[in-house]
Amino acid sequence: MSTTDVGTNMRSYYGRPVLKEPVWQPEIPFYFFTGGLGGASSVLSLVARWTGNDLLAQRSIQIASAADAVSPLLLISDLGRPERFLNMLRVFKVTSPMSVGSWILAYSSAASSMSAFLNTIGRLRHVAELARTASAVSGAPLAIYTATLISDTAIPVWHEARKELPFLFGSSAIASAGAAAAIAVPPPQAGPARRLAVGGVLAENVLFKLMEKRLGMVGEPYSKGEAGRFKKIAAGCTLGGAALLAGPGRRSRLAAAAGGALTLAGEVAVRWSVFKAGFQSARDPKYTVEPQRERQSARSRTAPGTGAGSV
Amino acid sequence: MSTMADPTGAPAAWPDTYGDEAKERMGFFTDTSICIGCKACEVACKEWNLVPEDGMVWTGESYDNTSTLGANSWRHVAFVEQNEPLHVDGDQPDALRWLMSSDVCKHCTHAACLDVCPTGSLFRTEYGTVVVQEDICNGCGYCVPACPFGVLDKRHIPRHSGDPPAEILGLQLGKKEDGRVWKCTLCYDRLKGGHEPACAKACPTDSIQFGPLDELRERAGQRLEKLQAENWNGARLYGHDPNDGVGGFGAFFLLLDEPEVYGLPPDPVVTTSHLAEMWKTAALATGALVVGVVAGFLGGSR
Amino acid sequence: MGSNMAENHPVGFQWVLEARERGARVFHVDPRFTRTSAMATDWIRIRAGSDIAFLGGVVSYILEHDRWFDEYVEHYTNAPVIINEDFVDTEELDGLFSGWDPEAGEYDVGTWQYAGMEVHGAAGQREEGFKPTKGEGSGHGGHGGGLKHGEPPEEDPTLEHPRCVFQLLKRHYARYTPEFVAETCGCSKEQFLDYCEAICEASGRERTGAFCYAVGWTQHTVGVQYIRTAAIVQQLLGNMGRPGGGIVALRGHASIQGSTDIPTLYNILPGYLPMPHTEAYGDFESYMDANTSPTGWWGNFKAYWVSLMKAYFGEHATAENDWLFEKLPRIDDDNSAYWTTLQMLDGKVKGYLIAGENPAVGNTNAKAHRLALANLDWLVVRDLVEIESAAFWYDSPEIESGELKTEEIGTEIFFMPAAAHTEKDGSFTNTQRLLQWHWQAAEPKDDCRSELWFYFHLGRLIKQKLADSEEPRDELIKALRWEYPTHSQIQEPSAEAVLQEVNGWEIESGEFLSGYPKLKDDGSTLCGCWIYCGCFQDGINQTARKKPHWEQETYVAPEWAWAWPANRRILYNRASADPDGKPWSERKKFVWWDAAESKWTGLDVPDFEQDKPPDYRPPDDAKAQDAIAGDHPFIMQADGRSWLFVPQGLEDGPFPTHYEPHESPFGNPLYRQRANPRRQQFERPENPYNPVDGEPGSELYPYVATTYRLTEHHTAGGMTRSIPYLSELQPAMFCEVSPELAAEAGLVHGGWATIYSTRSAIEARVLVTDRIPPIEVQGRRTHQVGLPYHWGTRGLTTGGSANDLSPIVLDPNVHIQEVKAFSVGIRAGRRPRGKALTEFVDGLRAQARERREQAERVEPESERST
Repeated sequence: MSTTDVGTNMRSYYGRPVLKEPVWQPEIPFYFFTGGLGGASSVLSLVARWTGNDLLAQRSIQIASAADAVSPLLLISDLGRPERFLNMLRVFKVTSPMSVGSWILAYSSAASSMSAFLNTIGRLRHVAELARTASAVSGAPLAIYTATLISDTAIPVWHEARKELPFLFGSSAIASAGAAAAIAVPPPQAGPARRLAVGGVLAENVLFKLMEKRLGMVGEPYSKGEAGRFKKIAAGCTLGGAALLAGPGRRSRLAAAAGGALTLAGEVAVRWSVFKAGFQSARDPKYTVEPQRERQSARSRTAPGTGAGSV
Repeated sequence: MSTMADPTGAPAAWPDTYGDEAKERMGFFTDTSICIGCKACEVACKEWNLVPEDGMVWTGESYDNTSTLGANSWRHVAFVEQNEPLHVDGDQPDALRWLMSSDVCKHCTHAACLDVCPTGSLFRTEYGTVVVQEDICNGCGYCVPACPFGVLDKRHIPRHSGDPPAEILGLQLGKKEDGRVWKCTLCYDRLKGGHEPACAKACPTDSIQFGPLDELRERAGQRLEKLQAENWNGARLYGHDPNDGVGGFGAFFLLLDEPEVYGLPPDPVVTTSHLAEMWKTAALATGALVVGVVAGFLGGSR
Repeated sequence: MGSNMAENHPVGFQWVLEARERGARVFHVDPRFTRTSAMATDWIRIRAGSDIAFLGGVVSYILEHDRWFDEYVEHYTNAPVIINEDFVDTEELDGLFSGWDPEAGEYDVGTWQYAGMEVHGAAGQREEGFKPTKGEGSGHGGHGGGLKHGEPPEEDPTLEHPRCVFQLLKRHYARYTPEFVAETCGCSKEQFLDYCEAICEASGRERTGAFCYAVGWTQHTVGVQYIRTAAIVQQLLGNMGRPGGGIVALRGHASIQGSTDIPTLYNILPGYLPMPHTEAYGDFESYMDANTSPTGWWGNFKAYWVSLMKAYFGEHATAENDWLFEKLPRIDDDNSAYWTTLQMLDGKVKGYLIAGENPAVGNTNAKAHRLALANLDWLVVRDLVEIESAAFWYDSPEIESGELKTEEIGTEIFFMPAAAHTEKDGSFTNTQRLLQWHWQAAEPKDDCRSELWFYFHLGRLIKQKLADSEEPRDELIKALRWEYPTHSQIQEPSAEAVLQEVNGWEIESGEFLSGYPKLKDDGSTLCGCWIYCGCFQDGINQTARKKPHWEQETYVAPEWAWAWPANRRILYNRASADPDGKPWSERKKFVWWDAAESKWTGLDVPDFEQDKPPDYRPPDDAKAQDAIAGDHPFIMQADGRSWLFVPQGLEDGPFPTHYEPHESPFGNPLYRQRANPRRQQFERPENPYNPVDGEPGSELYPYVATTYRLTEHHTAGGMTRSIPYLSELQPAMFCEVSPELAAEAGLVHGGWATIYSTRSAIEARVLVTDRIPPIEVQGRRTHQVGLPYHWGTRGLTTGGSANDLSPIVLDPNVHIQEVKAFSVGIRAGRRPRGKALTEFVDGLRAQARERREQAERVEPESERST
């Protein structure tokens, strides 16, 4: 009754968590999605402009602007004291991905909305292009930094995946941007968008598997509970959506839209899976204790002079 | 501005940024071998800091109905009943011991909560302690999962009546809850007045000792020696070592069993220790994203 | 033993830990492994209710192995005294002492007297002998007796005479062997022997050991005898009156010592002067005679009395009117709390005032108390919050069950909110007799008022109303001295003025008195409490001194606060020196005789006449303190010795004897007399008793229950269950059971259990723990159920009251209830509600009765009640 053995010889305090689960609300995984969508869409818009696909460029910057407009609202809504949202810009701290990211989002939103607006009304071309470039420059890190943010915590399933998560989020962002553009642009001009969607989906599914495998026991949340369920949904939707886009989506606007929508749903599910995994990882003390115990035993085996009496 | 963790073992930005105002680093040494489980620390802390009641839930987990540190529990006394002897002294088949320990924020030398706080609300005081400025905290909650000990949490209780939710454009932006993150301040206000923290003051057996950190570390070393000489079962120091994963705790402990038995991580490491690596990976992934998007256009712009 | 110091006296317990840190062995002998046991060096588990068996075994061990401190025992105790030849011990009478009168149900203590001493006949005769007073009538001291020289007539200094106390002691405890102890207490023989060795080692010239006890000892039908057994141990080991020795009572309230010093008990007046009794004392002369001891400090009784009367009545009390003695009210009955409650049940009490107490939860058989309160005409309750005792008429288990109906309860209740201790000046008197002053920190809110305010203004108003009365019964009220200065908006009386009155002064000069030797019997001095005299000497509030111990010269730290009497910190400290007045050892020196200065001196105020040399031997006609020899430290006793054998003063025997608790699953292994023959029983419908060991029906209540406190709450919960910070620390009533009991009764950890007795049934959450293990006693295994008793129906945390289960059965000497060991049954699940509750309880009770009636009685009716 006092100490609990959880499967192995691990001991705990009545099976209670060592860490605290995040206090973040559903707004946050949706923000991971909109941030990725917006950031990658900015980049997509710029490259499309460079390669002369103006329709794709215009739609993408509009998508980016829309996503970037929603993103801050989601974040503000999640705050415990929303009226103090401006405090996010009180400091610029390199040790805090959230601080860095808040600034990135601020610039990115300003740039993409300005560019989209000017682009849409067809005025101040040069400013619009500058804004588009600025948007892309801030958009790329915008799509990535949230992975760094969650890696930079004590939650084992996030922190131990710090090498994979940024690439995972990047792939997911690319896939989202491609899928969204494939809905907004008629198939003839949507080729790159489709390619990005499919490529992103494939990369992300592979990365997910690799990450889970490398995490080992710490990656267990991805096969259980809500995180596990979302992951299954994500795989199904993204692969299904990619199939539609790669196949009938090349000719049929409808199929492209369906494929794009399915892919987008899948990307939302990816973010939700990662989000929920963090909660599960915090909840069971074994994910925190066992790896630390092992690490410590390994250390004292290689350095026998560390002596009893200190931990 | 930027507060990078200092690899030389001192907390970042302290004492240098304080100049003349810097004080000796103060902290806690909690000697659980003389904790009698009276919970005076929990009550004194709440009374001094006006911390709200944290739920009337009977857990059946020995005498611990507080369960964990949080926004509304800044001292938490753990109770563990064991069929173990207090001293290792020959054969004791029916031995019983009851571990009691008052947990608290560790005021880490390298504090993850402080590192990740985006508003600058969390800061290091002139005493080397870590404090949340509640007039700045906007409840983003980042510090909560960053803490390797699960100390911080968001306060969900309703706001005080004198602190109404803000209104912008006629819309009620503010939530009804307090919404901010709260934790032990090491009684910053009492320190400024030359007093010891409320919990240390109230502790009847001096299990909670307050003072300059170096002094406490020395005292703890001697205490451990004494207990080891007396064959105390499992006596060990936890968090006293400046070379550990958080640079040593500002509030460290003498425990009688492994940390995880008390709900503490055996080998905590501040997440910021991998910061450089994480930013590098972010940069690479950012580059990969750009490359990836460009690659999507390689088959032509259509 | 009999206490849980770490949980209930955490601040004081730090000193026990200091001792442990310096290598002291700390034994916790208790039925449960508590937070104290966790801090002790050794925990010895014993059955609840078997402490006399344990300690008697210790006495036997000490005598058996010659470990007693010979010089101390020979000179300072009554070990050499020879006892009356008609005295017969429990060994011969199968559990009774000589003098038992089965008709009267009490002892005639004549045969317990010292040999050569007659028992006093009529009052007023100054003969050698003891007055046959016992229990509370003995006035809390060994006085009231008369000895010429202060020396007993017959003694054997060699301790060999078969009827000397020492030999009687040996015989009395001969059968309390280590085997007996292990079997009766359920502890291991090894642990017991280790304990005996340890305390013997920790005694003698160079070392001392102390006992700490609390209600784990007093709340038994043999409570006083528990303490007596420890007293015998400590006398044999020479630990009384010495630093680091003694028997420390851990009190349950901050000032409960004060509540007997300046008493709230019905039968004593300030300083333990007995209340006049209609029958016992007659006129003033007889009263003086009965209470003035020929020897010892009680020899100055009259001075204490007269000074008190001057405090009460000022110039109205004069020598001519015998200090208004004839007008004083007399007690004619037992008016103790439980007896009064039973009278309430019989409709004989009209009104009641409850102040800072919560009998509806805190008294044993709390249900009977709630029923009793419903029978009053009026009730005043003073407390911080509306406690159960004030709310029973609409919120109680009886309202829920229908046994009481709000509209049928005729009691008119006045709830008067009280101020807290932080909202008033005053003093606390603790177990060390230390008076410590505290100052008001905040004004009371709204209608809250302090006790002082309430009683002062109540008296003032009553005096006002009766100012013109000619009735004889109002004379005393009119004569009362009732002037105290008041301050603040609410006219709070000055607490310091009251303290000054308690200290007293010389009436003519107004000079504050410096101590009780200055009190006179001619009406020239005024003093509210003779033992407190000196607390305001030199016009300084001595109790308010706050010099920390590290700024004082010795560890005794006499300049912190003020102890009664005379700021003496250890009573009988002359015993810290040998018969010649030299300290027993350098290490343990405390007070000693300074031959050069011809006075006693030392680290403490000597508890001896300062200039009486160790070789002083009293002349034949010496009186009062002059009759005590220079080598007899126990000056409040008539013979100046500590009493191993108590010839008079106790209701139930000169030696402690192992008796089973009133309700016990076990029979008495030593004697036919199962339980304390003198215990006070009140079997009646509201207070039924469970069948006992061996009786059919006892299997329905097979387990031993014991009640106790937790650190987080205070007694009946009025002060703590209304505070969120404390309520959240222990937010539910729970019972503690062993895994074995849980398995046997089908209890689930974290689930609910119903615990029941013939009185009532309550529910509690289940805490399964190894800390309250089953016990093997007399070859049988049984279980103990632990019950904190804090909960009631009011407050932030509510729950069942453990005292609903316990019986009203009392210790005969001080009328304290036995709640530390009684029998219960337990089963899984929540309790029945409404009418079903009474049906359940009554049903089981009827079943038990049936089984008992059908079978042959183990204990015949006549013996059952004795």
